[in-house]
Amino acid sequence: MTQGVSRRGLLGAAGAGAVAAVGVAGAMVASRTEQGASTARTVPFHGAHQAGIVTAAQDRMHFAAFDVNPSTTRAELVALLKDWTVAAARMTQGEGAGPLGPLSGPYDAPPDDTGEAIGLDPGNLTITVGFGPSLFTRYGLADRRPEALAPLPLFPGDALVEAASNGDLCVQACSDDPQVAVHAIRNLTRIAFGRASLRWSQLGFGRTSSTTSSQVTPRNLFGFKDGTNSLRAEQTAEIDAHVWVQAGADPKATWLEGGSYLVARKIAMHAETWDRSSMREQERIVGRTKAEGSPLSGGGEFATPDFALPGRGGAPVIDPHSHLALANPQHNDGVRMLRRGYNYVDGSTSLGRLAAGLFFVAFVTDPRTHYIPMQTKLAANDLMSEYLQHIGSGLWAVPPGAREGEFLGQALFA
Amino acid sequence: MTIRAMALVLAALVAAGCTSNAATTAPGDPRTLTVSATDTACRVSAATAPAGTLTFSVTNDGSKVTEFYVLASDGLRVVAEIENIGPGIRRDLVLSAPAGSYITACKPGMVGDGIRTPFTVTDTGQSVGPTGDDAALVATATSQYASYVRDQTDQLLTATRTFAELYVAGKDDEARALYPVARAHWERIEPVAESFGDLDPKMDAREADLEAGEEWTGWHRIEKDLWPQRATSYTPLTAAERKTYADDLVANTTVLYDRTRTITFTADALGNGAKSLLDEVATGKVTGEEEYWSRTDLYDVQANVDGARIAWQALQPLLQRKDAALDKELQTRFAELQTLLDSHKAGTGFVTYDTLSPAQVKALSDTVNALSEPLSKMTAAVLL
Repeated sequence: MTQGVSRRGLLGAAGAGAVAAVGVAGAMVASRTEQGASTARTVPFHGAHQAGIVTAAQDRMHFAAFDVNPSTTRAELVALLKDWTVAAARMTQGEGAGPLGPLSGPYDAPPDDTGEAIGLDPGNLTITVGFGPSLFTRYGLADRRPEALAPLPLFPGDALVEAASNGDLCVQACSDDPQVAVHAIRNLTRIAFGRASLRWSQLGFGRTSSTTSSQVTPRNLFGFKDGTNSLRAEQTAEIDAHVWVQAGADPKATWLEGGSYLVARKIAMHAETWDRSSMREQERIVGRTKAEGSPLSGGGEFATPDFALPGRGGAPVIDPHSHLALANPQHNDGVRMLRRGYNYVDGSTSLGRLAAGLFFVAFVTDPRTHYIPMQTKLAANDLMSEYLQHIGSGLWAVPPGAREGEFLGQALFA
Repeated sequence: MTIRAMALVLAALVAAGCTSNAATTAPGDPRTLTVSATDTACRVSAATAPAGTLTFSVTNDGSKVTEFYVLASDGLRVVAEIENIGPGIRRDLVLSAPAGSYITACKPGMVGDGIRTPFTVTDTGQSVGPTGDDAALVATATSQYASYVRDQTDQLLTATRTFAELYVAGKDDEARALYPVARAHWERIEPVAESFGDLDPKMDAREADLEAGEEWTGWHRIEKDLWPQRATSYTPLTAAERKTYADDLVANTTVLYDRTRTITFTADALGNGAKSLLDEVATGKVTGEEEYWSRTDLYDVQANVDGARIAWQALQPLLQRKDAALDKELQTRFAELQTLLDSHKAGTGFVTYDTLSPAQVKALSDTVNALSEPLSKMTAAVLL
């Protein structure tokens, strides 16, 4: 094994026991010689768009919502965004949150990185920041609030919990290593103390969508493939049309051009009653086969569903109230979403049920056309609703990426 | 509750056969067969199989929606079937087949007699279970259950009329006493009531189920007016409003009554309906969400369990023949749950939900789970 003198190389070797516990990611550290060495799997932080949107979906997520403290001034908020930008750029490249790192600095000072990512491969860590509607009521931002950035309406059946909804700011940290994602949120939270405080956060595992064509469609906790129709990074024309906010989209919010909107919904799944439903019922509700994810009209996972195809008795083979039928672009004016959700299990409930479900994340060019109409239909008619409950919700405007020397959201505060 | 579950029951009414998609091909297992169904051919991997539980793994290799049948040797009686297999889709047909001559058939495009081939199930000396005439037992079960539904809607209509009169007359104490008792008739047949998707949202919606701008009507609207204690700054309904909501409820109940006069059921509708009733208990009542204002959830639990028990009892002669062990377990689990519910009785009714301790709610949930799990296996068991 080659050992370097850097913090990470050192710890990769010294912490071999701990590294072993993280399996593959840990094994990769052994060959690393420098911070951010070539074997580290990293995603560039700077660019026209923020990373973590069309980036190939990582396996794990830690999502966090923050509220800006009442006493925080505009200058302090800007300083926070600058500090977050610097720290995020560092952490995504496998470096410590602060310039000293977890192991250097005065012996009588707390380290400027919390240390739990020592020796871990960044696992394609991305950190994506968004601004919630509530932020725009302060700091003279009201006249720069995009028209589309209004709190989502209450949909039928919503049982939203304040403690899992909304927030002035959001940070989505995704990595193939859950500890790296947690490390990112923890250090950003620490950096924010005194200026913004953590409102709620959510861990996710088992990505439920594919964002590149090379990724197979994963399964949600109902056991079905999820996100078959989600946009893939390679579909650049469609990504432009359905994900990025286009120039001229909103004269009040030119700062958002090249950005997107992030819709998050925490959707609890009634796993126990679902598991007792027959395969017939499960496939009918979803509108796809459980095995391949093929529409019930046939043709394989990526076949175009034939909603008119008659089955026995003339009724369509795909139920008009199936999840597929209601959510499909064919029935939603052709709108597409880039989905980036994750499964979650928050332990269990007081009734001994899994506190589990889907943390739905979608990036869209405008929630008024690309989310609200579809969710209105789903909430009222989706057969699957019997097994779901939406318990958390949030909408954030995700500014474009920061180029070298810029900070996230710079154009908003210019 | 919501309009969703109902569509499932309607689907169940047309469903038949016992299918599963389990990937089960044990290589060399003579009871596991594959079927390649094309637009012009129906290739079964073997022409014979030993008696027992057979799995036909049917792949639609054609371009039309197809069906696969196992017919008795007369070519008329359907022993088992699966429908609506789209192109490229594989689906398993599982059936319990005693020795004898059969006919397999694919029906591309779902028309005509299908592409038929003789199929032989050979005697292995092993018992394959009873072989009597299931059809008669199914007919008895479904007609019994239809009678039950007619009787419950009859009683529901009578009780709802009385309830509406009391409520309109301002006899609130009497209306409150009758509320959970009248609703029990609804809750006993809830999946059937829900199968009429237009009626359920008008009669049984909870406030949180509504779309923006949608008017709230039905039982729970009146419930809130009778038990406004948990509401913040509630404005009681006027006498005129009371009459409007009461008349509306009676009118909708009358429609339900009319529609259930000639209703018929299939065996799987009974089984799936029983499962749905226990789902209702698990998701709405055990958590105290259904009767948010009145806290009379335990009445609903009892009624849902009653309805499930009736469905099971109707199917019992068939189930005892098909899977006696499952029937025995259901017997035990129904009895356990009833004992637990009895412990919460107060007079002729039940204590209110808010008097239950967290431990008691957990015990109720656990006991419901213990019944729900085997109950979910009943449909497949009686159809196999």
